[in-house]
Amino acid sequence: MEKMIRNTDKKILLMSHLVLGYPSMQANQEVIDEMVASGVDLMELQIPFSEPIADGPMIALANQNALDNGFKVKDGLEFIAQTIKKHKIPFLIMTYYNILMAYGVEEFIKEAASIGVKGLIIPDLPPQEATQAISWCKEHGEGSLDWIQLMTPTSSDVRLQEIGNNASGFVYCVARKGVTGNDTDFGNELAQFIKRCRVATSLPLAVGFGVKSPQDVAQLSNLAEIAVVGTAAIKIHEEHGVKAVGDFFAGLR
Amino acid sequence: MKKGYFGSYGGAFIPEILHETFQQLTAHYETARNDPSFWAEYLALMENYSGRPTPLTFAANLSKKLNKKIYIKREDLNQTGAHKANNVMGQGLLVKRMGKTRVIAETGAGQHGVATATMAARMGFECTIYMGAVDVERQRPNVFWMQQLGATVVPVTSGSQTLKDAVNEALRDWVGSMDNTHYVLGTACGAHPFPEMVSWFQSVIGQEARKQILKLEGRLPDRVYACVGGGSNAMGVFQGFLDNKEVELIGVEAGGKGVESSQHAARIASTDATVGIAQGYKTFFLQDQDGQMLDTHSVAAGLDYVGISPILADLHVQGRVRFIAANDDDVVSALKYLMKNEGLIAALESSHAVAGALGEMADIADGAVVIINLSGRGDKDIFTVADALDDPGWKQFIAQKAKQYAGESS
Ligand SMILES: Cc1ncc(COP(=O)(O)O)c(C=O)c1O
Repeated sequence: MEKMIRNTDKKILLMSHLVLGYPSMQANQEVIDEMVASGVDLMELQIPFSEPIADGPMIALANQNALDNGFKVKDGLEFIAQTIKKHKIPFLIMTYYNILMAYGVEEFIKEAASIGVKGLIIPDLPPQEATQAISWCKEHGEGSLDWIQLMTPTSSDVRLQEIGNNASGFVYCVARKGVTGNDTDFGNELAQFIKRCRVATSLPLAVGFGVKSPQDVAQLSNLAEIAVVGTAAIKIHEEHGVKAVGDFFAGLR
Repeated sequence: MKKGYFGSYGGAFIPEILHETFQQLTAHYETARNDPSFWAEYLALMENYSGRPTPLTFAANLSKKLNKKIYIKREDLNQTGAHKANNVMGQGLLVKRMGKTRVIAETGAGQHGVATATMAARMGFECTIYMGAVDVERQRPNVFWMQQLGATVVPVTSGSQTLKDAVNEALRDWVGSMDNTHYVLGTACGAHPFPEMVSWFQSVIGQEARKQILKLEGRLPDRVYACVGGGSNAMGVFQGFLDNKEVELIGVEAGGKGVESSQHAARIASTDATVGIAQGYKTFFLQDQDGQMLDTHSVAAGLDYVGISPILADLHVQGRVRFIAANDDDVVSALKYLMKNEGLIAALESSHAVAGALGEMADIADGAVVIINLSGRGDKDIFTVADALDDPGWKQFIAQKAKQYAGESS
């Protein structure tokens, strides 16, 4: 994805996030159409898991809700395949490692590659455990399926370097401690952290966790290549419907 | 073998944000483990605060009836009435070494929550306990005690609103609060170093039991039984005998309404569990084909959990520990039997070990020496036990009490 990310005249790209099957795949479809029409540049589709330890309460609840409504991984992958056919932007899968294990890790990666998924974000598989998965991504993705690494403010410089050495596509920088959905101060501390990330990798950086206003995005555009918007969009969808999600993204940048 | 692995189980599958926190915890744990003065301090504290060593009681009446020599390891006599005290006090000492000032914990039945709250009160830590909203309803007395002890109890409304969801919520707290907060995990599960560290603190049970049985019988036992939720009390007592292959070790899981029904929590003793990774570690989980965790059931809330200690998973694969399941009905019968015959009120969890042992006594030679680990006492769980026994007099009392409270509030 690196090339695609670099090849833009926008001052920052927007990556949105949604939980498949929440509130329904029909609704997902409408939201995705709306997001793409409003200029979203990349999209993270989360396959729900019953134990989403790295997600905040709002997204965790969305995971549970989707499962209560009968979400199945096979249907989710079929939905992703259709979505990729319909829209030109890069789509990534975000989920937890157990979903891959249950499917068969190599099978899952093969399937993701064959339907045109551009990246995998698996927050509970640390880099030292991901070696095999990364080489399968390379093998089956033939250069177009990236294993997205996460860097966090608590990571030491040595650790950031390790992560950077194994990264491809872009690096997802977690803006702060805590889970998704809380407020983030995109100030000085963040700038310091991003500086450390730049030393560890030459790849483009995405910054997520708590992005929710044009001000946040404006501030980020001096720091990163991609702003990630998750919980804020789910909230808007819940409170004001699909059309409002489009307006929200159109107004962010 | 890779660090933190037991065979192919275990590991540390945690969000990157917690990586350094686990590094720090592991370093402190390893330093403490290599420092004899730490263990001495721990033993002194447990002697003074929790009445250790706990007795190995000869069950004279049971032994006579069954023609065996049955001994009961009395973890029910600990501070707060269960083996949970061993773990929380150990971790408390470690928290002091790390210089942290706040502890958080998950709890199912409330046992581990109450134990953590006493530790926090004694050691001067702030304390927050995460408990599934369903469990908060079911286990009100323990909520009452945690609050009286000064802890904040947070009802968890996500997922199945039980133990596994409380674990997730505690982790969500920790990813933001790790600078001053330690997560006191309640059993031998989770990411490395927890399975190993919790088992270490619980190993005091096995060390004592070994010494005691050698003194009382002049030999090692033929069998040792323990109930298995996450696996901490079982790991505790088994460690006293792991190296002696002639001692048969038996873990008793929650058979619920039967391992053929889907309403149980038998990860090893049923054929329903498969290997997966969740809540930070790799083990056998009760999960569906997509890898989503299933709802479990047991009359004992403390055994009602989807995963099992990776160390026990490995001991199962090695064939060193044998696993069986005890059904709810047999557990309630065992609880009554032990009360009537020995005057011991076992927790519903611990009654699984009793039921498992009683169910197999016909298979072994007369005079065989058997240890049952009684992980906790039941009298403090009077509401749950009375429910399990379906006692009419108790129900009437509660109805009256409810009327009285209703009168006061109107
Ligand atoms: C009395 C008692 N025994 C056993 C257990 C199960 O835990 P473990 O398998 O970790 O010993 C619990 C858990 O709450 C308990 O309270």
